[in-house]
Amino acid sequence: MIGQQIFNGLTLGMCYALLAVGYSLVFGILRLVNFSHGSIYAFGAHAALLFVSLKFGIVPAILLSLLLTGVLGIVIDKTALEPLRKKNSIGIASLITTIGISNIIQNLLTVYFGSEKKAFPALFDFGTITVGGIQITWTQIFICIISFALMLLLVLLVKKTKVGLAMRGCEQNAKAASLMGVNVNFVISFTFFIGGVSAAIAGTLISGYYQIVYPTMGYMAGLKAFAAAVLGGIGSIPGALTGGLLVGVSESMAATFLGSTYRDCMAFVILIIVLIVRPNGLFGKKGITKV
Amino acid sequence: MDKKQHDANANKKKNMVYYIEYYVDKYKIPLAAVTAVLLIVLPQVVSNQYIVTTAVKIGIYIMLALGLNILVGYTGLVSLGHAGFVAIGAYTASLLATRLGLNFFGSIIIGMVVAGLAGLLLGLPTLRLSGTYLSIVTLGFGEIVKTIAMNWDPVTNGTLGVKNIPAPSIFGYKLTIANNGLYYLMLVMLLLIALFCYAVYKSRTGRAFLAIKTDEMAGIMMGINVTYYKVLAFVLSAVISAAAGALYATLIGYIDPNTFTFDVSTLILSIVILGGMGTIRGMFLGAAILISFPEVSRSLMDYRFVVYGLILVIMMRFRPQGLLGWKSQMPYRLSKYVKGRLEETKQDSSVVKQ
Repeated sequence: MIGQQIFNGLTLGMCYALLAVGYSLVFGILRLVNFSHGSIYAFGAHAALLFVSLKFGIVPAILLSLLLTGVLGIVIDKTALEPLRKKNSIGIASLITTIGISNIIQNLLTVYFGSEKKAFPALFDFGTITVGGIQITWTQIFICIISFALMLLLVLLVKKTKVGLAMRGCEQNAKAASLMGVNVNFVISFTFFIGGVSAAIAGTLISGYYQIVYPTMGYMAGLKAFAAAVLGGIGSIPGALTGGLLVGVSESMAATFLGSTYRDCMAFVILIIVLIVRPNGLFGKKGITKV
Repeated sequence: MDKKQHDANANKKKNMVYYIEYYVDKYKIPLAAVTAVLLIVLPQVVSNQYIVTTAVKIGIYIMLALGLNILVGYTGLVSLGHAGFVAIGAYTASLLATRLGLNFFGSIIIGMVVAGLAGLLLGLPTLRLSGTYLSIVTLGFGEIVKTIAMNWDPVTNGTLGVKNIPAPSIFGYKLTIANNGLYYLMLVMLLLIALFCYAVYKSRTGRAFLAIKTDEMAGIMMGINVTYYKVLAFVLSAVISAAAGALYATLIGYIDPNTFTFDVSTLILSIVILGGMGTIRGMFLGAAILISFPEVSRSLMDYRFVVYGLILVIMMRFRPQGLLGWKSQMPYRLSKYVKGRLEETKQDSSVVKQ
């Protein structure tokens, strides 16, 4: 029973981790919590639903939705956030802007798709296998494999490629990076693209797992993923993974032992405790305030 | 304002805002009287319950915005969980009224105290957190309050909510929308809260808040106890929101956990930003626009929240200070007490020099 719950939690946690990476990457460079990330995730799931229902093959449909969601990330950055950076606005301004964007996306989804829960086709549904009394569906296995592979890919991207070098440069000091010939605005847009794609993947995986899609799905998931990112230490990909898994497991534990209504509240309790006890998270570096 | 001060100001650059402020300041007593008469007469003239209800709603949101303004506008702390305070105030007051039969005025005060304690509790993380992290904690707080209201069945009646919340009554005289009593109650509460906010803004506390908003580090250097003032801002804000929440509960007569969602928090924040952070006048305009807007444009119903989002984005892009958020060009008037203190220190320092 407990083993089963832990495994279910891990599966969910992998998806939270994927979402958390989006928060982490953007926060690393811009020091901004991208509140629209949850609705980008919902947008990804809806785009996948739309393209899958057009019936031109499930793989191209999902790829197309990933691309579209990535582009949405870039559009958000270019239209709303870049002008604010140019104007050198205060940090609160960007935060409020992302809340506004989240509102816009979520409610446009409600207008065009309806607020009710819609059925989503099951992905990778090849039955279940039983290992040591734990029932594991193939969907769960695929979620774990795909998420883990993507996380590895992202780590490689950040650590080994030229764009990754530029991203790390911007993270340390955007001005210095731009003096070294890094196109900071491109790097930021690229980060938003990556964030959008990973959110869309998480959205598609979760929708394939629960087989439902609705416009406000991103709100809770986004907040939990953010909790995961902070828990692991925002800005670090392994941290996001650990945080995601911890949030996922504790959530399914809470659902079992405290009742399902307390599920959603778990992530916040963890988040608040972490922020008070260890604001930089498990893997985070300590920030220094310069005057 | 006397003539001397005006002359001293005369060589500054003058523009429309300056003249508006100057004349508003000059004729403030007649202006206030006219506004007061208009507001008092309004329900008698329109005698349409729907419009009066909307007016009360606008008043409630002005109070909520004034409460949030202390945090966002004065102190520069963004709270995304204000619905939590509203919920605490509304639930405490209406549960006391329905279960224990307590009078509205008694229950609203207890509601405010409970919310103030919650504000204190939520203010404590400010010891360690700043900026975005703090906003997230407040967001989590709002969700936790909602979850508690949803799950604490024996007290809050869970998702079914609290029904039949009695109308407030004074000496057995019931205040309802039908006899305009609620409207006048709203006016009195609004006046008290607005005056309170103005007094805070003009006080030593208000100046400390502004210092924290402008530059926290410099504030610490000037000897401001930043933690104390941040927690105080949370408490004041929570208390005001709770009062408005309790009034809201009696207006609608029914509350459930879904009355206090994140959307309410964003709506209040939108009002503050649209009107102009850190101003009192802005809250009135912001609430009037955003609350009457969905009533006026029923056809836009589905797009209502899209428009709220657009307002946030566009305002941040083009006018981050809000519609009425100009910096006052009138000289900042210190109270007589502070002026006296300043004179004393001047004399003291001249004595030291000699």
